[in-house]
Amino acid sequence: MKKLSAASKIYLIIVFIILYAPIFYLIFYSFNSGGSMNNFESFTLEHYKAVFEDSRLIVILINTVIVALLSGLISTIIGTLGAIGIVSIKDAKMRNILLSLNNVLIVSPDVVIGASFLILFTMIGVKLGFTSVLVSHIAFSIPIVVLMVLPKLLEMNKSLIDAARDLGATKRDVLTRVILPYIQPGIFAGFFLALTYSLDDFAVTFFVTGNGFSTLSVEIYSMARTGISLTINALSGLIFLITVLVVIGYYFVANRAKRVSEEVQR
Amino acid sequence: MTNRVSKGSLFPYCLWILLFVIAPIALIVYYSLLDLEGKFTLSNYQSFFSPAYIKMTFTSFWYAFLITFFTLVISYPTAYLLTKTKHKHLWLMLIIIPSWINLLLKTYAFIGIFGLYGPINAVVEVFGIEPKQILFTDFSFIFVSVYIFIPFMIIPIFNSLDKLNPTLIYAARDLGASSFTTFRRVVFPLTIDGVKSGIQVTFIPALSLFMITRLIAGNQVITLGTAIEQQFLVSQNWGMGSTIAVFLIIIMIIIMLVTGQRKGGRA
Repeated sequence: MKKLSAASKIYLIIVFIILYAPIFYLIFYSFNSGGSMNNFESFTLEHYKAVFEDSRLIVILINTVIVALLSGLISTIIGTLGAIGIVSIKDAKMRNILLSLNNVLIVSPDVVIGASFLILFTMIGVKLGFTSVLVSHIAFSIPIVVLMVLPKLLEMNKSLIDAARDLGATKRDVLTRVILPYIQPGIFAGFFLALTYSLDDFAVTFFVTGNGFSTLSVEIYSMARTGISLTINALSGLIFLITVLVVIGYYFVANRAKRVSEEVQR
Repeated sequence: MTNRVSKGSLFPYCLWILLFVIAPIALIVYYSLLDLEGKFTLSNYQSFFSPAYIKMTFTSFWYAFLITFFTLVISYPTAYLLTKTKHKHLWLMLIIIPSWINLLLKTYAFIGIFGLYGPINAVVEVFGIEPKQILFTDFSFIFVSVYIFIPFMIIPIFNSLDKLNPTLIYAARDLGASSFTTFRRVVFPLTIDGVKSGIQVTFIPALSLFMITRLIAGNQVITLGTAIEQQFLVSQNWGMGSTIAVFLIIIMIIIMLVTGQRKGGRA
């Protein structure tokens, strides 16, 4: 393969700079003792202190993490079971209908999802707040889990199941000792994606959250609407750090899972 | 054999489809037929076809088109060049990381960057041009949206380029095709699926994003998404909001059909 020309290198570098500049810009000014994002006075950590001293913000942070973890967990369970069920359907037409329905929420604009869930919750009388937010997050994370698990299930050799059955495994054994370990990388990927979907969601949460309950995205939105506050900058510095750590962690987990599954196959 | 277990495992999933896929769409359609007092009416549809709404729909489309276009123009070469780098998956990872940072935070950054005293205006001033408000213009809206969508466009294009068999390119070159012809006749047609899914993940959200319009464009730009949010949460006119949502769903289906991947097209 040819080496990249100087022009292409410059192009890539510019794209990377544009992608990262706003993020580093935010983090840079989080250390600004002046109150604005354009005039760096001197280095300070007071905005980080403000984040940790703002108990309301901490509660919101905890809420966000709880919603993400719970919705990730529950949607992973329902989605994985659903994927196993879909694969077992023999009727190709039925299977395709389910798969198309599965994709509806993935391609739907989040405003539409938010608005329709708002109608739904109001109709069946669910109080807007933690429950409605959690249920919505579970609802829009399920299809992505299914899409992550499905390919793993499809590439699995059916004779593995037959072999296990022949060797006297019960149905439960087949599920827990053969199918689940095999599709584990897909399940992990689904769980991580569900987590990011939940953490990143703004529009759906914005619609179905009531007055008393707020997640980070919604809170940042209302803070940003009132103008610049360097507390948000400090928050983004922390979030960036956590994101990078999670990405590195995910990278290692994914790599290890790959190596383990390769060893199993050997 | 495993059928009984599997059928049982489908139960919560099917319940989910019923409650959160079918019911919400049905409710949206139902509400679009109600007026403010809850009586059946077609007046929402009537007002949707009034000049004001038609104009809004077209501008929303135009913005979404521009955003998708610029995102594609920037992303395709990036994805192409990325596949040529040595540690391409590491580089792709670096492209993906910014997409993990909360959307709101990235948008918020631009409030500072584009502000009257922000760095862009500072640079402009060096060249002797009067600083002016870049925020709250359609330029800032399009720029921020393109910025947000670039990683989502790069990923599918990168994947399809990565799957491309390089011997096809060598064959084309050996048969005398110039590098431009090779790109136009071989590389691009074979990666069109990636481009299509990139367009899907850009165009539909671009029609419906409302936080960027609110934060960056002030109330200068009104997209279909902004209108829905306005009707639902500000005017409390759920009927009209649902009607716009119905049209957004229809548009979405059309886009899915146009950009949908035909199965079995390529072995």
